[in-house]
Amino acid sequence: MNWRAILAIYKFEMARTKRTISQSIISPVLSTCLYFVVFGGAIGSRIEQVDGVSYGAFIVPGLIMLSIMTQSLSNASFGIYFPRFSGTIYEMLSAPVSFWEATVGYVGAAATKSMMIGLIILATAGFFVPLEIAHPLWMITFLVLTSITFSLFGFLIGIWADNFEKLQLIPLLVVTPLVFLGGAFYSIEMLPEAWQTVSLFNPVVYLISGFRWSFYQISDVGVGVSLLMVMVFMAICLGLISFVFKTGYRLKQ
Amino acid sequence: MSPVLSVQNLNKIYKGGKQALSDINLDVAKGEILALLGPNGAGKTTLISIICGIVNASNGKVLVGGFDNVKQFRQARSLIGLVPQELTTDAFETPWANLNFSRGLFGLPADPAKVEQVLRDLSLWDKKDNRIMTLSGGMKRRLLIAKALVHEPQILFLDEPTAGVDVALRQDMWQMVARLREQGVTVVLTTHYIEEAEAIADRVGVISGGKLLLVEDKDTLMANMGQKQLQVDLKTPLTLLPESLSALGFSLEKEGQQLLLRYGGKGEQIEVGAMLSAIHQAGVEVADIHTAQSSLEEIFIELLQETV
Repeated sequence: MNWRAILAIYKFEMARTKRTISQSIISPVLSTCLYFVVFGGAIGSRIEQVDGVSYGAFIVPGLIMLSIMTQSLSNASFGIYFPRFSGTIYEMLSAPVSFWEATVGYVGAAATKSMMIGLIILATAGFFVPLEIAHPLWMITFLVLTSITFSLFGFLIGIWADNFEKLQLIPLLVVTPLVFLGGAFYSIEMLPEAWQTVSLFNPVVYLISGFRWSFYQISDVGVGVSLLMVMVFMAICLGLISFVFKTGYRLKQ
Repeated sequence: MSPVLSVQNLNKIYKGGKQALSDINLDVAKGEILALLGPNGAGKTTLISIICGIVNASNGKVLVGGFDNVKQFRQARSLIGLVPQELTTDAFETPWANLNFSRGLFGLPADPAKVEQVLRDLSLWDKKDNRIMTLSGGMKRRLLIAKALVHEPQILFLDEPTAGVDVALRQDMWQMVARLREQGVTVVLTTHYIEEAEAIADRVGVISGGKLLLVEDKDTLMANMGQKQLQVDLKTPLTLLPESLSALGFSLEKEGQQLLLRYGGKGEQIEVGAMLSAIHQAGVEVADIHTAQSSLEEIFIELLQETV
C-alpha cells in the first residue's frame, strides 16, 4: 500500500479546498440562511409542527443532507475531472499508485470537505432553531457514510464526463430533483398515498429519513433500512469504480 | 548485462482502429542515451506512454529493470521519471508544493534538501513559492523536469524536451542530460529535431508509421549511411565533363562551374590527393575545394523515403 501517495493526493485536494475556502463556506452557509428565512420563517410559520417537531427544526437534517450530497458530488467530480482536463493526470497514471489508492485520496478529501460544510451548516442552523441530536453517533455515521458514498458517485461522474457540461448534468438533472423529492423539506407521509409509494424508489428518501431519525427519532422508514440503503448505494459505486479501473475506462486509452 | 528497459513485440491499436505501434522490439542498456527520432504522429509518444503506464498496450510486453510494467507496476514505475511533451502543470500550486506532491506519489518521505537541490539545479529556487501559472514557458518546462527527477528515477523519459524551447534552454537541457548520464541515469528522449539526436544520443532509433525502422549506434549509423561530397570549384567553367573525370564518378554542377563527387556510403573511402591530380591531368584549373558530410537529417530523410 502506497500510503504516502494517498496522503499526497489527499493533501493536494485539501490544499485546493483551502485556496477556495471562502467561497466553499460562504455559499452553502448563505443558501442555508436563505432556506431558513424562506421555509423556516416565512412559510414555516404557517405550517404546524411535523411529528411534534417545529418545521424550522424539521428541515435542518434535510438541508444538511442536501448540502452534503451536492458538495460531495461537485468536489469529487471536479477533483478527478480537472487533472484529466488539464492533462496533469499523467503524473498519477505513471506513478506507482494503484487506482484504489487514488480513489481513497480523492474521495477522502471530497468527503472531508463536505462533512466540514455539513457541520458548519449544522452550527449555522443553531442560530435559527434550537438543536437537539438524539443519537449523535448515528448522526455522525450517516454524515460520514453519505459523504463517502456521494463522493464515490461524484468521482465516477468526474471520470465519465468528457466536458464541463456533463460534469453538471447528473447533479442538476438527477440528484437535485431526487434530493428535493426525497423529503428534505417534508415528511413523505404528507404526500398522497400513491406518491408515498413512488417516493420509496427514491434512494435519497432513506438517507434523509435515517439522518433525521438521528436528530428527532422520527423517520419515514426504519433506520436499519436507511443504513442498508446507504451501504447498497456505496457498494454499487464501488462496483462501478472497480469496473472503471479494470478497463481503464476514460482514464487510459 | 541485462537491459534496463526491454520492449517486446509491442502493438497498439487505438479504439478507432488506428495502428499506432506495430511489433516494436527495443532494448535499452543502463546509462545509455537513446533518441527516438520520427516525424509527428510516428508513434513516439504512444511508445513512451505505454512504457510509463499511461496508455494500455494492445499486446506485447514491457520490462523496466526486469519488472513487468503491468503486473509489477509499482516496482517498474518507481524506476521511471517522465517529462511529458505538453506543458501540463497545476496552475494554482507552487513549485515547492508540487515537487513534494510528486515525491509523495512515488511513496517517498519528505526530503526538503532533495527538493531544494532539484529546484536549484533547474534554476527554479527563487520561484519556489510563486504560483506555477506565473512562470514562463521555459520555467514550466524545467518544472516538469524537476518533477520527474525529484524521486530519483533510474530511467528518464523526455518526450520532445526541446519543442518550443529557446536556444539557451536547449543547451541547458543537453548539459543536464550529460550530467544525468554521468550519474548513471538512462535517458530515452523523443525528438523530431535531428540535431538534438546528433548532439546528445549514444544510439538512435528511427520510428515512422508506428514501426521502429532501425536502432543503431549513432556513429555507426552515420558512418554506414552518411555520404561525403568533394566539391571542386573551377576557375573557368567547363561545357563538357572530361571522360577521365566522368569515369572516376565526378559530375558537372552549377552550370559547369563545379565538379562534384559523392562517395562514402557504406564506409567507402577515397584518396582526395589522387582525385586532385586526376583533375590536374585533365587540364582543369581549380579555384577552390570543399568537402561536406551528410548530416543525420539527410540520413533520416533518406531512411523515411526508403520506407515510403
